[in-house]
Amino acid sequence: MPEFTLQSLGDLIVYLGDLLRFLLGVQLGLPELVVGLIMNLLTVVIVATVALLIPVFTIWLERKVAGRFQDRLGPNRVGPYGLLQSIADVVKLLGKEDITPAGADKVVYNLAPLLSVVSVIAIWAVIPFGPGMIGADIDVGILYVVAISGLGTIAIKMGGWSSNNKFALLGAFRTVAQLVSYEVPMIVALLIPVIIASGFGARHPMSMQEIVIAQGNVWFIIAAPLAALLFFATSIAEIGRAPFDLLEAESEIVAGFHIEYTGMKFGMWMLGEFLHAFTICVLTAVIFLGGWQGPGVNQWPMLGIFYLFAKSFFMYFVVIWVRSTLPRIRIDHLLSFNWKFLVPVSLVALVVTALAQKAMAEWLPGIGDVGQAVGLFIVNAILMFAIVEFIRRGAREARAQAEAEHGSGEPGSGAHDEVSHGEASPGEAAAAATHAPAH
Amino acid sequence: MSEWVFIGLFLVMGIVFPSVPVIAAYVLGPKKPNPKKTETYECGIETVGETWVQFKMQYYIFALVFVIFDVETVFLFPWAVAFDQMALFMVVEGVIFIALLAGGLVYVWRKGVLEWV
Repeated sequence: MPEFTLQSLGDLIVYLGDLLRFLLGVQLGLPELVVGLIMNLLTVVIVATVALLIPVFTIWLERKVAGRFQDRLGPNRVGPYGLLQSIADVVKLLGKEDITPAGADKVVYNLAPLLSVVSVIAIWAVIPFGPGMIGADIDVGILYVVAISGLGTIAIKMGGWSSNNKFALLGAFRTVAQLVSYEVPMIVALLIPVIIASGFGARHPMSMQEIVIAQGNVWFIIAAPLAALLFFATSIAEIGRAPFDLLEAESEIVAGFHIEYTGMKFGMWMLGEFLHAFTICVLTAVIFLGGWQGPGVNQWPMLGIFYLFAKSFFMYFVVIWVRSTLPRIRIDHLLSFNWKFLVPVSLVALVVTALAQKAMAEWLPGIGDVGQAVGLFIVNAILMFAIVEFIRRGAREARAQAEAEHGSGEPGSGAHDEVSHGEASPGEAAAAATHAPAH
Repeated sequence: MSEWVFIGLFLVMGIVFPSVPVIAAYVLGPKKPNPKKTETYECGIETVGETWVQFKMQYYIFALVFVIFDVETVFLFPWAVAFDQMALFMVVEGVIFIALLAGGLVYVWRKGVLEWV
């Protein structure tokens, strides 16, 4: 029997796992295969239940925080601080009528909300909660995450298409354009931590657990701030949050793809969406913020769960903050921003990181993880500065061009009287243009 | 191997768990459909014509561009995984591959595919 010591108190989950394995395998004498299956099933049920209960809390959190941002109180009637609001909502949804619109494709229509939840919850299979606490430590973890979250796009498309509603179909098409486009810079940005983990000595640098272990000395947000920003921004687009919430833009296409859904199926869309929002925060924490790494985690592995969730909830706060601050952007701007800015920037960041990392490994072999991270940080900072400067130049040129057209076109028309006075020097005209509204 | 069994179980449970409340709601909720209620929602007016009509071409073009990029980035993952064992020369080879990818982007850009019309 595994001995219970002070050490096992800090590593309670692993200890309980060992104990159960011992009880089933040695005491009851079950074959190895059956024991493994029971252990797996138990872990699946625990992890999936925890993951599905998180939105009940985060929906309350989001409503409360968003309320504060808008100078309101948020939910405060059901339970202390309105904490039971989400549970009341679930009970209400259970009693609602389940309407299937006439002419809907019934099989696809019913399958879509379930698939959207599956696509998110399956990511939790590879999330490392602490040392030795991971559902499945597969050596292609990141690729698995990318592949599974692609299912969510299909689910939204299925829901929008099968509803037999034009708003829903429009929402589904926007989804294809948006989610699919933003997946490209996201995948390229995810290559960067894989490269750095490989440089830090991880044997399987795509495994989520080894990525976290590689961040023992320094978090990847130091070594790859640009990749972290790119991943976070594109992830917000992937979950369809403001400022990228075109899939369900309430003021344009009412509710987008889930317009015809009622009752619990609508609840499943919401569950999938809120769980996805929290899941990308967990992924950001795992890949860039050191996951379960923190002081004292090697003595007390249970602390890792606390660190992971603390970091994830911080990122979740940032998501709500962004949502409350920025307005929705237009669909053509959305796609231009992705293809003309994020994709080139992610490719440049990948090339620069790969070359810098390799150059440091070749010519400065003794600097260690921290030295490499600092070097990469400097390279990233220079790159960011160059990008901002490049955009600033472009904007200045565009402004000067607009200014020139402005000045030469019909001086006496009266509509442009600000410039047609003729006295304004180029400098003053430029200064005026910065204050004038865009044409 | 047991990891993939775990993921298989996870996917099955991922279907079962959300099905439970949906089925419970189906059992508990009222069921009184009528032709007016199941009509397609469209701001109070009746919907005109078919829903599944031919759609704006632009969406398909973006999907096509995505497919090209996505397939090519998958080739980059093995390169990134083996990064530690590679000489500088092989890293440069990878960079050339990325440059070809970027060339594709420049081509699409110059062709005007990325403009929303």
